Amino acid sequence: MSTLLEPGLTHCHPASVPDFTPVEQLRALQLQRLQAVVTRAWQHVELFRSRMDELGMTPADLRSLDDIAKLPFTKKSDLRDTYPFGLFASPMKDVVRLHASSGTTGKPIVVAYTQEDVNVWTSVLVRALAGCGLHRGDIIQVAYGYGLFTGGLGAHYGAEGLGATVVPASGGHADRQIMLMRDFGVTAMCCTPSYFLHLIDRADELGIDMKELPIRAGVFGAEPWTESMRQHIESRSSIEAFDIYGLSEIIGPGVGCECSRHDGLHIFEDHFYPEIIDPDTGEPLADGCEGELVLTTLSKQAMPMIRYRTRDITTILPGKCECGRTLRRIGRIGRRSDDMLIIRGVNVFPSQIETALLQTEGTLPHYQILLTRVQGLDQMEVQVEVTPQMFNDKIGALQELHTKLQGSLDRVLGIRVKVALVEAHSIERSEGKAKRVIDRRTS
Amino acid sequence: MKIQQISLFAENKPGHIASPSRILTKEGIDIRALFLADSQEYGILRMIVSDWQKAAAVLEAQGFVVKVTEVLAVEVPDRPGGLTDVLSAFEGTGINIEYMYAFPYLRDGQAILIFRFNDPDAAIAQLQTAGINLLASEELLNI
Repeated sequence: MSTLLEPGLTHCHPASVPDFTPVEQLRALQLQRLQAVVTRAWQHVELFRSRMDELGMTPADLRSLDDIAKLPFTKKSDLRDTYPFGLFASPMKDVVRLHASSGTTGKPIVVAYTQEDVNVWTSVLVRALAGCGLHRGDIIQVAYGYGLFTGGLGAHYGAEGLGATVVPASGGHADRQIMLMRDFGVTAMCCTPSYFLHLIDRADELGIDMKELPIRAGVFGAEPWTESMRQHIESRSSIEAFDIYGLSEIIGPGVGCECSRHDGLHIFEDHFYPEIIDPDTGEPLADGCEGELVLTTLSKQAMPMIRYRTRDITTILPGKCECGRTLRRIGRIGRRSDDMLIIRGVNVFPSQIETALLQTEGTLPHYQILLTRVQGLDQMEVQVEVTPQMFNDKIGALQELHTKLQGSLDRVLGIRVKVALVEAHSIERSEGKAKRVIDRRTS
Repeated sequence: MKIQQISLFAENKPGHIASPSRILTKEGIDIRALFLADSQEYGILRMIVSDWQKAAAVLEAQGFVVKVTEVLAVEVPDRPGGLTDVLSAFEGTGINIEYMYAFPYLRDGQAILIFRFNDPDAAIAQLQTAGINLLASEELLNI
């Protein structure tokens, strides 16, 4: 068998075989699937058909993969405007699962799956987890919330599909999570990076050394995080931290994932077609250029997404990964175009604050950004929880810490911000994604 | 001779000292000495308690950031010059007082000074040479 396959494939997990499909074969499959999914959406989704009509297009106009750029975009607002079921391409009798996002403003968005969609979702997660070096025999704790959020059930089905033992802990209850990790001999964890960091801190407080637990891998996603945060997590535990990417509108977690090279995230391109566009003009950008990631589901039945604008800012990395996968890679997503804050005319991303905090203390305390407007002027306060590592019982030392943090944030952000040292655990924890910004500005 | 003092970080806001105090009350832990160092926005609550291990454990379990530091307790006569005599013992030694606080106790006309020194071992030697009475932790707790 090995003689027929690409290098690298001989040692890979059987489920990972599609990751190594020769490029030409992969492009042919993508075109065929693209034509089919566009036809499906055109036949069954009124909004999509009317937009195609406006452009004077039919699915027959798709002759090459490049023609995808002629298709209309789908935006998050389209999902809200057609709430709840307006973008479904399958009758409800064929839909086996509904998920919904937590709508922070207004209605949530609803996504649907046929049995085949669930199977595809499971298969990409199996491939993602296998790419992280996990396999049958691993004990995988899933600490994403189970429920309407896609994280919990998505990771669960993937881990089970891999043949691993799943601990469906769901979110929250840090002490219990740590107890399960220790008592069950958990070898891998699926959760948000900020939650894992919280678990490390909590284990510290409980006198449990995370480095002595059997856990060796973390598959972290559902929020943007930085390379410095990875280094921080890895230095305080004995795990290898992998970045997994996904969004409910496309399928949930498992759209892409890092392999052991940690050089970008492989997109499971046989199911999700990636493009990078200029977020302002909508024009496609070449590989290597930074822009907004746009994804098209190539095999989704219940709810095909054609050129969905993710708002995530990244690049398609040129060149091949050393692991031998032919799947293209995107750079790690450090920011979303949605996350950008404009403070007194200056663009600020929460990830910059993370970097500044890590630079100063070599540790990442829990933090939150509070925006207010005083006499028409934006004010930004960064609240930083004092951790045991940072705490010193001399006032002078605390003042010094305060000054250092202030200086570092001013330097990185280029604007004056207020820093407040606050008590540990005083910033509210959400069960999944960390809520980093509270905006109390009223326009 | 060293005494374990526990310190807590607290924001300088109404009610923020009540919560640790309540936790210690519930556990039956007695606060023997207390000092609050503050800046405009935050403070450090320093306490010597009847059972510092238990106090640190229960406070940490409730999510407080607790630091245990070693301090020295010195007994001096509660009269003018009592403090000066102690401080004189350190002149020219390079031993630095990082902070201190004092409280009187009424029984024997004595006062107790709590010191955090940059070099506690050198400070102990110096105090003993000067004939100044250092209290052991049991003595302090049994006052």
